[in-house]
Amino acid sequence: MNDQVKKQIEDTIRSHRVVLFMKGSRQFPQCGFSARAVEALKRAGATFETVNVLADNDVREGIKEFSNWPTIPQVYVDGKFLGGSDIILSMFESGELQRLVAPPH
Amino acid sequence: MIEPSEIEAMLRAAFPDGRFAVRDLTGTKDHFDAEIVAAEFASLSLLERHRLVYAALGDAMKQRIHALTLKTHTPEEARR
Repeated sequence: MNDQVKKQIEDTIRSHRVVLFMKGSRQFPQCGFSARAVEALKRAGATFETVNVLADNDVREGIKEFSNWPTIPQVYVDGKFLGGSDIILSMFESGELQRLVAPPH
Repeated sequence: MIEPSEIEAMLRAAFPDGRFAVRDLTGTKDHFDAEIVAAEFASLSLLERHRLVYAALGDAMKQRIHALTLKTHTPEEARR
């Protein structure tokens, strides 16, 4: 991964508290796992940025190297990798996701 | 593409005393569901457990497996 892509990824995860790297967009997810991650974040009350990795192959491959995680979707909170679809869903079921991403009351 | 039996062989190499159930979700040999019971997961977070599994599958995870849903438990958790 070249430095330009790495910087692009770092800037994105630093400028938004919650970022979902996914296949497709929030309105039109192109993969079931990405769609479930969008759903879980929405229902957890998160305000989140999405990045469509299908629109940029450098980011699609770079993000896997960046997090050392081989699949998409990937969720980042406060600049740190949280997990893929499985982990986000189980955190949603346990309520941990809500505590982590819901806006402060 | 990959056979469930190949995935199980790789998991057995990484988790010698583990128990595995690998299912092909779509019949296309690239979307799988795997349930793994292994003592190696003790005191590990979900993320660390999944990382262990991905490490066990190595390049197969990057090239031959499109999607893998994981359920990772320790023997104690599995008994509950």
